Amino acid sequence: MTIKTRRAVALISGGLDSLLATKVILDQGIHVEGINFYTGFCVEGHTQAIRKQEEKKQKRNNALWVAEQLGIKLHIIDVIEEYKDVLLNPKHGYGSNLNPCLDCKVFMVKKAKQWMEENNFDFMITGEVMGQRPMSQRKDTMPVISKESEIFDRLVRPLCAQHLPETLPEKEGWLDRNKLLNFHGRNRKPQIELAKKYGFLDYAQPAGGCCFLTNEHYSAKLVDLWTARGERNYELDDLVLLKIGRHIRPRPEFKLIIGREEGENNFMNGYKKAMGYFEIISHMGPLVLVDGKIKPEDRELAARIVARYSQGREESKVDLIYRDALGITHQLSVKPLAQDEILESWYV
Amino acid sequence: MSEKNLKKIEELLELDCSQMLCPMPVIKLQNQIKKMEINQGVKIICTDPGTLHDIPTWCRLHNHEILEIKKIAEPDRKIIFYIQKIGA
Repeated sequence: MTIKTRRAVALISGGLDSLLATKVILDQGIHVEGINFYTGFCVEGHTQAIRKQEEKKQKRNNALWVAEQLGIKLHIIDVIEEYKDVLLNPKHGYGSNLNPCLDCKVFMVKKAKQWMEENNFDFMITGEVMGQRPMSQRKDTMPVISKESEIFDRLVRPLCAQHLPETLPEKEGWLDRNKLLNFHGRNRKPQIELAKKYGFLDYAQPAGGCCFLTNEHYSAKLVDLWTARGERNYELDDLVLLKIGRHIRPRPEFKLIIGREEGENNFMNGYKKAMGYFEIISHMGPLVLVDGKIKPEDRELAARIVARYSQGREESKVDLIYRDALGITHQLSVKPLAQDEILESWYV
Repeated sequence: MSEKNLKKIEELLELDCSQMLCPMPVIKLQNQIKKMEINQGVKIICTDPGTLHDIPTWCRLHNHEILEIKKIAEPDRKIIFYIQKIGA
């Protein structure tokens, strides 16, 4: 008689906890494959690839790196559109910024459950640790995730399983509960020790977790975008552009996105067909994208701000072109604003 | 690249992921490969340098073969992968 190899799907964020949780389950002879959801807000992507000054830093997707360390397949799923409802209408509200952590976790577990059923997997694992996160990883909220996602006892949290009720894989003998762990709280030492034991050294530990929505500055920029557009909506390009450049909004109708270095300027070049932009002709300077519409009477103000960020900032005149979103080019010659003429309230 | 592989490349599907940042090129490749027959090939054009790590890693995990990687210098800054579907 052959014993059926049980199959588990692991939610892989790219961080240490999901790496360890999956390893604990692999060690029990379970076949595991990983799922990584791409919401558009993942710290994983975007800026690390853009900025030239970070060119020497290794550019990698940590979820893929984790999967390779574990020797498992990883399926990356685009949930950008579906995630909008999670962010815009969170049933359980937000954390300290625009992070809807509990709704987010319910959403991801629910999506992974659907994948699990379509692909004949038996149960799911996550790297959650009770008491580690203030919103989604609490004793009272962890059962909410199992219940609202309708995964119920097919969800195993290997790193803190001994603090939780027995799950189906434990009851059925697919997993040995004694080999699951009892981590608890915000102390990361047990994880670091376990990583050392397994020989995992180069793992990612992004400050504030793996989501830009926990970042105060990023959340403020998103709110500014919604306010300016008069609707709470976004596209992936909006999310990407919020992570790039210096953002200045001198008028409610438009915002200037000023490249901070060569890598950003190169990347922003790709948006010149879709957006208005300024290019400085007479001096070296950044590419500046325009989000929104500049009224003719504000064109000079915008140009003077742009000129401030060129190497001609101390000159009496800087020449530039402004190509509006309709493709019409305007030539301008302006005196750069002085530093103290750029109001603090304009910075987003 | 062997002649056998070159012949395969002539029949490649093309996926343009210019200006997309990781993991979008990987997602596009993954979704494209799902629809392809075994041994069919795909050419994927990227601009994100992160793809130099991510696409080969994803291919190794799913047992697909990278036939060639071409890097086109500035101003295009493109990275072109030629990939053959091997795994299911």
